[in-house]
Amino acid sequence: MKKIDRREFLKTTGTIATTTALAGCGVNTKDAQQNLDPSGHHTGPVPTGKMTYRTNPKTGEKVSLLGYGWMRLPTKKGLNPDNPNDEVIDQEEVNRLTNAALKYGVNYFDTSPAYMRGRSEESLGIALAQSGRPRSSYYIATKLSNFSPSQWDFESGRQLFENSLKYLQTDYVDYLLLHSVGGGGLDNLRKRYLDNGLLAWLMEQRQAGRIRNLGFSFHGDVAVYDYLLEHHEEYKWDFVQIQLNYLDWHNDDRGRDAEYLFGELQKRGIPVVIMEPLLGGRLSKVPDHVVAHLKQRKPEDSVASWAFRYAGTRPEVLTVLSGMTYMEHLEDNVRTYSPLQSLDEEEMRWLDGETANLIKSYPTIQCNDCKYCMPCPYGLDIPGIFVHYNKCVNQGNLPESQQAENYQRARRAFLVGYDRSVPRLRQANHCIQCRECVPHCPQNIDIPRELARVDRFVEQLKQGTL
Amino acid sequence: MLRKIRLTLAIFFWLLVTWLLVDFTGTAHQYLGWMAKMQFMPALLAVNVGVLLFLVVLTLLFGRIYCSVICPLGVMQDAIAWCRRKRNKYIFSLPHSKVRHGFLLATAALMLAGMGWLAGLLLPYSTYGRIVGTLVAPLYRMGNNVLASVAAHYDSYAFYEVDVWLKSVSALVVSVAVWALIAVLAWRFGRLWCNTVCPVGTLLGFLSRHAVYRPAINQRRCNSCGLCERNCKSQCINSRTHEIDLSRCVMCGNCMEACRKGALTLTSSPATSAEQPAPVPAPKAVADKPRSNAKPAKKTKAAEKEAESTSNAERGRRKPATKTAPEKAAKPTADKPAKPIAEKAARSAEVKTAGPAAEGSSQPVDVAGQEAEGEKKDRRRRSRRTAIATTAMLLTGGTLVRAQKKAEPKTTDGGFADITPKEKPSRQRPVLPPGALSARHLQAQCTACQLCITSCPNDVLRPSTSLSSLLQPEVSYERGYCRPECNRCSQVCPTGAIQPITVEQRTAVQAGRAVWVKERCLASAEGKPCGSCARHCPAGAIQLVPASDKYRRGDHGRWYDAEGHEVDGRTVPMIPVVDEEKCIGCGACENLCPVSPYSAIYVEGNDVQRDI
Repeated sequence: MKKIDRREFLKTTGTIATTTALAGCGVNTKDAQQNLDPSGHHTGPVPTGKMTYRTNPKTGEKVSLLGYGWMRLPTKKGLNPDNPNDEVIDQEEVNRLTNAALKYGVNYFDTSPAYMRGRSEESLGIALAQSGRPRSSYYIATKLSNFSPSQWDFESGRQLFENSLKYLQTDYVDYLLLHSVGGGGLDNLRKRYLDNGLLAWLMEQRQAGRIRNLGFSFHGDVAVYDYLLEHHEEYKWDFVQIQLNYLDWHNDDRGRDAEYLFGELQKRGIPVVIMEPLLGGRLSKVPDHVVAHLKQRKPEDSVASWAFRYAGTRPEVLTVLSGMTYMEHLEDNVRTYSPLQSLDEEEMRWLDGETANLIKSYPTIQCNDCKYCMPCPYGLDIPGIFVHYNKCVNQGNLPESQQAENYQRARRAFLVGYDRSVPRLRQANHCIQCRECVPHCPQNIDIPRELARVDRFVEQLKQGTL
Repeated sequence: MLRKIRLTLAIFFWLLVTWLLVDFTGTAHQYLGWMAKMQFMPALLAVNVGVLLFLVVLTLLFGRIYCSVICPLGVMQDAIAWCRRKRNKYIFSLPHSKVRHGFLLATAALMLAGMGWLAGLLLPYSTYGRIVGTLVAPLYRMGNNVLASVAAHYDSYAFYEVDVWLKSVSALVVSVAVWALIAVLAWRFGRLWCNTVCPVGTLLGFLSRHAVYRPAINQRRCNSCGLCERNCKSQCINSRTHEIDLSRCVMCGNCMEACRKGALTLTSSPATSAEQPAPVPAPKAVADKPRSNAKPAKKTKAAEKEAESTSNAERGRRKPATKTAPEKAAKPTADKPAKPIAEKAARSAEVKTAGPAAEGSSQPVDVAGQEAEGEKKDRRRRSRRTAIATTAMLLTGGTLVRAQKKAEPKTTDGGFADITPKEKPSRQRPVLPPGALSARHLQAQCTACQLCITSCPNDVLRPSTSLSSLLQPEVSYERGYCRPECNRCSQVCPTGAIQPITVEQRTAVQAGRAVWVKERCLASAEGKPCGSCARHCPAGAIQLVPASDKYRRGDHGRWYDAEGHEVDGRTVPMIPVVDEEKCIGCGACENLCPVSPYSAIYVEGNDVQRDI
């Protein structure tokens, strides 16, 4: 969140050049900093062996409260010889992250055949195999992600599951989920899992031990959620995965109102797996005002730690999933959960009340950068556009009018940053409003409308008509 | 001293003009736009009386100081010549008067005939503009991009990335060829180009003959060492006759710096040199200079001519010297033995120069012509390709477009769809930058200096490849569109080829009209709701209407079918229609049309731009 003008930029580069030169001369400027003694909870060595575990009531297994989501893996250009611009999973880094996570006590790994352009499962399989740990020491969750109508027949579904086992280099899955039920309503649910007999088959596989726990993840039409829970006696859900965080605890959108979703599971004693505790980083990258609001209470704790403590405090929660791209993310989360310092009732209400309202007062777009909408057939980088917009909201680079005090600087930051984060041919003005992305969005964002809004804003900035 | 002032000013001007010619941010134009506008030919074309008067007075006072300081091509040649290890190898040569005047007349004729680009090939400022615009500007942009990536790393917005792309092969070829030619000439003969080819140099030469302040040789002090001559890059000092051809002198001051006897000074009137007890009346020598050297040679001996042609250069050179300064004739000069060879080489080269110089100037034309021919063929080939593609699209009912966009149903998340880059459609008439008034006006006024092209922030302008307007700016929308808030090209144009217009006027100028291609449009070919063109039209000239008469719009946005039943508005297939009276030809529709490589809506240029 550095805001540098040209003069400062030159000054900075100059300083860096001088520092480098000095370092070359043998002057070590780091010494002074190294002698400082860190005192906060979120500094010092990362604790190992202190992870909080929750018990799966059915199997009795201990699941780490921090689960590793395999959807936001580090990528790198230049790994694909056919297309050097292709962003390919950086498996070496993934292995490093996996080994670190296992060392810190993380034992739940959540993937899907759809993630990372279909390469997530394979990557998890490789990472776990190279760790050398016994298969029983960690738990693999994957999903039956038959989103495309072309995959709605039984055989395609079965094949998806068999492929998962193959890519994951295992002969059983610990946790299997019907993926993102709720999108497209009951009708889609029937076509995807019920009418084709796929769910019945999956229950047979559970019987046979190839699936140890069967559950579903939910986004969207709450009627589907209610339907599946009403038939709990029949399906015997071993767990359910929902979106829960302090922003969604009270939500006008019933599909995302976590209080309701959680309550239904609590009633039935079904273990809860939590996704989007951080809303794809939206609860860690927050406006300055919100940072101050949170840091005032615990100056040494990260902004993200509040969201994780919120998600993990309720005892019915089996694990909290986080897609940790960087070692710093992993380490910060491990600190938060080693062990978990539960929030008290007042803190919970402070987060899902006052703090949530504060965050909601900003015009952020509810995008979690999950990339379910991608690839856009017209080449747009939808999450890239929204992430940039949100970044500008958080950094105060979204001027309200030309009269705004920081208009010139904010305008430049928005427009230059826009070209930097999204190639011009993938920007919002290329959206043709075909609406193909809309059903894919788990956050129910009216993507074309939001893109048009961003485009209008960009035009106003460019034409100077704001 | 004079030389130092000249050098300081020249470097100052040269660097700033060069920056102006490569700048894409608009910053340079804010402060330095006048530097292009005070160039002689642009000022003449724009009838900029103030600048012209200033330059005329300047030249009448101080000679061709313009060529040494203000003209960037002149300074570039000095820079090239300066790079040579031996900088004092010049030898006096006779002016190529016929060639000079021929080029001047040819330029005038071409300008009058409305062939600005062809004349522009000879003009110094536009030649320099082309060289910098096509050869240096891309490097400048690359450098900027390096800074931009560093800035991005530090989250600074001080620099932003820009596209670097080859705007025209012909411009590149012409620029490289002309640069190479000028560089070789400058390396070997100093200011030969300026004093033989350049029409501005010739024109200013007429004035500088009568300049008030001029360098002159004080014959009392002069020991005829020839240092001044050897340091004169204009090759206009005859150290034997102590004469300086003021029509070719660019007032660089090198001779004064070089003279060890202080014999060369800046004098305020021709009379001063006459006051000296020189045997030859100086004013006369100045008056009929071209012949002054040839005459004595003829008079003394008929064989003299022969001797000169049979390469007995030394004798040919010494003889008149003996006549004019007999007391010094006996004194042998130190560099005597070295001279014949050097002189021989110089002379023989001199004979050749007239040839290559003339050839050289027509050479780029030929290259350009070939290039344009090639482009034509290419375009023909391309239009054939278009025709085939269009037919194929017609046959498959537009599935071609679809096939590019959606290879397979989406089963996984993330990744990007490939984007087919846009290609230039074949337009009946080129689109010209708003403010260019008409094709004829632009062709006549524009000297193709490329200033507007390098400064276009939307990557819309590029050099034309058509023979009638080669290298002059032309608009196309593959990389961006002519944004409604931008009038940069009209502001920077120094010749008035693109008339200065305000942003408000810009949105009222119709540079072209959008044309809809039914067969390619997503709406008509695939029945997809798109409307991208209509949404992005800054002039509001595009509306969406039902694709068939079946539908009728009712009140409150309701839609009815033929039987009068209400239908959902979102299901009514809508196609774009263009109001030609409102369209300004900005190309937003063409650029943002999702259909690639050829857009389903494109702009046809106007022959004469009009206000709407």
